[in-house]
Amino acid sequence: MSVLIACHECDLLQQEVELKPGGVARCRRCRALLYRDTPHSVDRSLAFTISAAMFFAIATIYPIYSIDMKGSKNAINLYGAVGSLWDQGMPVISAVVAATAIVVPIAQLLMLLYLLFPLRLGIIAPGVPMILRVLQAIKPWGMIEVLMLGILVSLVKLTGNFTVVPGIALWSFACLTFMLAALESTFNPHVVWAHIARHHARVAE
Amino acid sequence: MRKISAKTAVSVGLVCCHVCNLVVSGCGEHVVAHCPRCDARLHRRKPASIPRTWALLLASYILYIPANLLPIMDTGSLITYRSDTIMSGVIHLWVTGSQGIAAIVFIASIMVPMFKLLALTYLLISVQRRSIRGLKQRTRLYRLVEFVGRWSMLDIYVVTLLAAIVQMGSLAIVKAGPAAIPFGAVVILTMIAAQTFDPRLIWDSLQHKRG
Repeated sequence: MSVLIACHECDLLQQEVELKPGGVARCRRCRALLYRDTPHSVDRSLAFTISAAMFFAIATIYPIYSIDMKGSKNAINLYGAVGSLWDQGMPVISAVVAATAIVVPIAQLLMLLYLLFPLRLGIIAPGVPMILRVLQAIKPWGMIEVLMLGILVSLVKLTGNFTVVPGIALWSFACLTFMLAALESTFNPHVVWAHIARHHARVAE
Repeated sequence: MRKISAKTAVSVGLVCCHVCNLVVSGCGEHVVAHCPRCDARLHRRKPASIPRTWALLLASYILYIPANLLPIMDTGSLITYRSDTIMSGVIHLWVTGSQGIAAIVFIASIMVPMFKLLALTYLLISVQRRSIRGLKQRTRLYRLVEFVGRWSMLDIYVVTLLAAIVQMGSLAIVKAGPAAIPFGAVVILTMIAAQTFDPRLIWDSLQHKRG
């Protein structure tokens, strides 16, 4: 039996078709992305999740850059920047930055690890549907790539008045941005749902 | 995609789960139903999409004024003091020789928020008038609004980083200005507004016209 799917952007009802490796299914009316085929999705996205988590740890702990102010060096990392804004009486902005640049990315990476690692071993971890739901809901709020651009803009602004020394975290953020982009293009909820459907079918037998 | 017929899910009493894509039958307009596979709340269209989007959009329009008129960043040293709004910050970058960065900040902080406000207003009005013109183009416009929204957060990150690093010692200081909160609120509220707007409403006008 063929599987039906409705486009999320125009509600047109269509039949799912087999895709060739790396293929993309688009709505025939509004061209919205319906689903895509990502070869070795679980293996690849698990690999990118692990490397992204390592870069994230380095990027947030180590200094992004330091400036030289008349002999006294001053360096910041991401946690320090968020804390400093809080101390300066801007708790709201500080919380927004903490949420979008720290909390959401950490939550995303942890949930992906929890989901993908067992899946790699052929096990569906408990609560996976809930996790996929949460992942979809928080996706727009992880903004590492915007932070990366913000770091570059602030770097240019600082070089006008100070001697700026790039830190380890600057490079780590650049790598992290690439890892997250790779993760985005390899992680495929459609594949996970197919795993779950097959698992249910096996249990029913 | 093979053509079945130009039927929408809602016209044949089906609803497609927005999380796991499972197509489920029989979901009433006001009945709360959950997806049997992933337990997400099912709805034919996003609930109260138009009033919610309007409310968020109007709040954004109001906050857009202080966000642009108040200073977003104060910069001071022993001899100079500057208090910059978003626009004066862009101009300062431009005249001091960082035209590329000035262009990036101008696009992310001024053009993107304004584009989002105007585009969502246009989408809402055209949906309410049940317009059937440019359905594809309007869907594409919606996709663009969703895609660019997050990039406006740029200035918030820049201010955070600068305020954090330039503060030790009394030689120079950078502080976030009063515009930071309304500006951040505009970015967040318009992102939520883009999420509450249901692009399927654009195409529903077609069904309505056919009767």
